Amino acid sequence: MGIRLENVSYVYSSGTAYEMHALNSVSLEIPDGQFIGLIGHTGSGKSTLIQHLNGLVKASEGTIYYNGESIYAEGYDMKKLRSHVGLVFQYPEHQLFETTVKKDVEFGPRNLGLSEAEIETRVAEALRMVGVPQELYDASPFELSGGQKRRVAIAGVLAMQPDVLILDEPTAGLDPRGRDEILDQIARIHRERRMAVVLVSHSMEDVANYVERLIVMNHGRVAYDGTPREVFAHYKELEAIGLAAPQITYLMNDIREQGYAIPSNVTTVAEAKELLIPILKGNSVRRGGGI
Amino acid sequence: MIRDITIGQYYPADSAIHRLDPRVKLSGTMLYIISLFLFDTFICYGAAALFLFAVIRVSKVPVRYIVRGLKSILILLLFAVVFNIFLTPGEELFRAGFIRITKEGLRLAAFMAIRMILLIMGSSIMTFTTTPNQLTDGLENLLGPLKRIRVPVHEIAMMMSIALRFIPILLEETDKIMKAQQARCADFESGGLIQKAKSLIPILVPLFVSAFRRANDLAMAMEARCYRGGEGRTKMKPLCYHGAEYAAYGILAAYLVLIIGINLVVNRILG
Repeated sequence: MGIRLENVSYVYSSGTAYEMHALNSVSLEIPDGQFIGLIGHTGSGKSTLIQHLNGLVKASEGTIYYNGESIYAEGYDMKKLRSHVGLVFQYPEHQLFETTVKKDVEFGPRNLGLSEAEIETRVAEALRMVGVPQELYDASPFELSGGQKRRVAIAGVLAMQPDVLILDEPTAGLDPRGRDEILDQIARIHRERRMAVVLVSHSMEDVANYVERLIVMNHGRVAYDGTPREVFAHYKELEAIGLAAPQITYLMNDIREQGYAIPSNVTTVAEAKELLIPILKGNSVRRGGGI
Repeated sequence: MIRDITIGQYYPADSAIHRLDPRVKLSGTMLYIISLFLFDTFICYGAAALFLFAVIRVSKVPVRYIVRGLKSILILLLFAVVFNIFLTPGEELFRAGFIRITKEGLRLAAFMAIRMILLIMGSSIMTFTTTPNQLTDGLENLLGPLKRIRVPVHEIAMMMSIALRFIPILLEETDKIMKAQQARCADFESGGLIQKAKSLIPILVPLFVSAFRRANDLAMAMEARCYRGGEGRTKMKPLCYHGAEYAAYGILAAYLVLIIGINLVVNRILG
């Protein structure tokens, strides 16, 4: 069933000089098992939006349904909601606090009141999923490298075995290799566990490569919602709201404008390769191997 | 939510009071507070209140903001009033058992309440119209003479402004950490005292780590820019008096003279 938002609006510090409309009547549906990218520039409301999904922030107007039930209903179990909708904040390693990696990952499952045996298996599984080696289980989380810390922090949410996993800029501040590793692992978790994943990102390359659906936020509203291909076809409009399409989309459009028969909505390098090789081959025949 | 807590409670607006040199506002507030204790007639308090409301009007800060600040001293105010009403000896107006109310008591309680209210409102109008940085700048300047007796005025002012600057940052950080732990189903409300204290650990540890990290970064950034204390340091926006500041001082002086004059005259008439 997933999560459904109906006309959700949110106003910060209402009635003061700092009043700000962070969300403006957002309606969305996040079905089970979908891999979604959420993009928007700073202040577009995307961080506020994801905090609504697990009830950390209450909408000023509108309702959110999880599996058909309103999460604002009287007596709704927020703790349960948060274990089903796992939210990983930006720089999650800043929230590590325990003396060992294992204990830190245990924090979530322990709050759910699970049995020791269940906690043990969940923690081991979560750490395995994010690729933290066993010899680090008893290390202090503060001694790990930046990338390792982030994995541990993500495992802390995964250990609750959520149905929806939301990650706010999971690759911020990582080097290209760390970024690819984390994203690949997230993609694998999505495949293996059929978890719905919402990936908040600035990097168009990241989202284009991984997600099946893209939601673009602007000024607290949903500006575009569709497959990456559909959304990036609007690359000129995206620029107007401070975003961009993947670099490969630009490159391919430049080539297209030179008169080659290429579609305008190419979003990944792999796709571009498929399209360009025949053209290059054709050209080399025509110009005698010139390019 | 934590972000609703305002400390330093600056109210952004464009008004003559906002633009005034912070030194004028600091010494003006000081003078105003002292003036509240110089007189003992209701007419003078009326005049002092009138003056304050005029200043509030000019500052464009909504009155309800300033009145909201009074909430914090409500209990203190109540105590002062109650004690003064019941415990001041003098001409009795009412008596029931050991409780008695005197004319002097009522008068003193009224004075006390008016003084405290005007005092709080007077000083909050300063914090509403002056950014914390301006305030420390003004303070550093006014305390300048203390450098002669080896008081590290610049360093104190710098620490104050850094501390003030860090308050909103750390509040925001606390908010974020709390939410992140709540996302892992942390519970900060239920349980007994020990349970509650324990539930603070997942907030406090990351908060301290982050405070040290930020302090370290800041120290590094300051060193990278060759910061070495106040000696020989110049300012990008040095404080200097213009027409408005002299006018403000003039108005303050006029207010003081007028109010003391009224007090003298009223006291003479009443004998």
